[in-house]
Amino acid sequence: MILTVEDFLHIDLPALMAAVLAAVSCGLLGNFLVLRRQALIGDAISHLVLPGIVVGFLIAGEVLTVAMMAGALGAALVGVLLIEAIRRLGGIESGAAMGVVFTVMFAAGVVLLEQTGSAAVHLDVEHALYGALETTLWLTPTGWESLADPAVWATLPREVTTLAAVTAIVVAAIVLFYKELKIVAFDPDLATSLGFSARTVSAGLVVLVAMAAVAAFDAVGSILVIAMFICPASTARMLTDRLSRQLLLSVLAATLAGIGGYVLAAFGPFWFGGENSLNAAGMIAVVAGALQTLAMLLAPRYGVLPRMFRRWRIRATG
Amino acid sequence: MLTTPQPSATTAAAPLAEADRPLSVRGLTVAYHHKPVLWDVDYSAPAGGPIAIVGPNGAGKSTFIRAVLGLVPRLSGEVRVFGRPVERQRRAIGYVPQRSSVDWDFPASALDVVAMGLYGRIGWLRPVRNRHREQALAHLDQVGMAEFAGRQIGQLSGGQQQRVFLARALAQDARLYFMDEPFAGVDAATERAIAKVLAELDRQGRTVVCVHHDLQTAPDYFRHVLLLNGRVVAAGPMETTFTVANLQVAYGGLLAAELAATAATA
Repeated sequence: MILTVEDFLHIDLPALMAAVLAAVSCGLLGNFLVLRRQALIGDAISHLVLPGIVVGFLIAGEVLTVAMMAGALGAALVGVLLIEAIRRLGGIESGAAMGVVFTVMFAAGVVLLEQTGSAAVHLDVEHALYGALETTLWLTPTGWESLADPAVWATLPREVTTLAAVTAIVVAAIVLFYKELKIVAFDPDLATSLGFSARTVSAGLVVLVAMAAVAAFDAVGSILVIAMFICPASTARMLTDRLSRQLLLSVLAATLAGIGGYVLAAFGPFWFGGENSLNAAGMIAVVAGALQTLAMLLAPRYGVLPRMFRRWRIRATG
Repeated sequence: MLTTPQPSATTAAAPLAEADRPLSVRGLTVAYHHKPVLWDVDYSAPAGGPIAIVGPNGAGKSTFIRAVLGLVPRLSGEVRVFGRPVERQRRAIGYVPQRSSVDWDFPASALDVVAMGLYGRIGWLRPVRNRHREQALAHLDQVGMAEFAGRQIGQLSGGQQQRVFLARALAQDARLYFMDEPFAGVDAATERAIAKVLAELDRQGRTVVCVHHDLQTAPDYFRHVLLLNGRVVAAGPMETTFTVANLQVAYGGLLAAELAATAATA
């Protein structure tokens, strides 16, 4: 297989950008979900926004990011309220309440998709699960030098610009509210007693998670969204004991997974004589999982192998 | 049910002006899942001298603190701190929660956690600066923990973790402190450090209200006591309130012999 510069710029570059931006925005927020032991919230929200996206699409009559984003945030709000209601009224533990709400809402979204004809246009169930990285095309660049032209950048695919905007918002929010996010994640009671309402900060985090989930979902599908909320953050957690460093490492892990997964999916099969490329979102999730496994095995302080080695050395010398 | 004298703390000295009264709770009722935990609690904390909240398990001691701080909803009741509603006195209040209430695997150093005590004064959106870190370090030093400033909190012993919490409370620079079982399961060095801090806070005229589980040591560390068991059983100075009769009411006649031995030494 010969890869031409045009093909790379038209097909692979936009997909790579979408994959990396989706991975980074979800991966960054994932740090706070994992630290709060609420990793499931990312999972729940990425599913329960589906009916909202469909309703937003139906009202707008076209694939309009703003409408779908508004619908998704509405659905996230309904979902969070339902989870709270079931938890309080039913006296059910919050993980179970989440499981009930997000499966029902996702199912409702699938039914809406199939019954309203939205499926024929752009959205369909497969797209919802696996995303559409491969169909994210950017046909304007004509060569490397054309990338210097701002007019070319103005024609970036909608998925990529949305993801870039959401990533910028996520980064800005984490930089501005770093201290608040940290104290609420560590000790919500103290935060509240100091005047940083844990409820307000958590609600803000849920809004960010919903935004990131929707933007990423459109490009890469819900499977990758879930993987990205959890894997980069927990990989980074194995490698450091400082939150700021953990955030940076999670960006690194997300970027590696995005690029590595896409490259393996798009080109890997040809290296082994295959004829078709693989699903990129799936492969990115696999790479994210592999990075996590490596970190669990090899991380200097918390890794399994270094710990075994230290124990062996103590026994050998003692 | 309440037969024992309940000397209002305010009679011990000259009557306190409303604005000088550290804590005044009226008609506080709290329920979890429709089950009442605290009924109609009235309590007025005196200024001067640390106060122990004592009572059996499930008596609502922690709930009392959490309800006062607004961390659990109050069904009814009014809480005033230095004469103003508690909601408007956040800066005046410091809080040491139970050690088990947080995740010690969190990626934070001892210094990070102590600096959190300064967040209230730093305010929204402003970052933690070097001078805040220096302040935090000074508070760690106060509890003998300066050398562990950079240590991840999960790698500290239980007592050291408790001292980090204490340093964080000191960083809050509050006039009124609530502590939830700071002495629970700590080593001797930590117990001394906590006692030293209690004495120091007292010397500076700050009020400490402390859930305390150990009846043996209560009279050593505290000047006043609030005996709680769903309702207020008794409240007042240690010498007159921490009596066998009151303890038996609070503990429902359980552990009578043990209590008698304890109170006799008080």
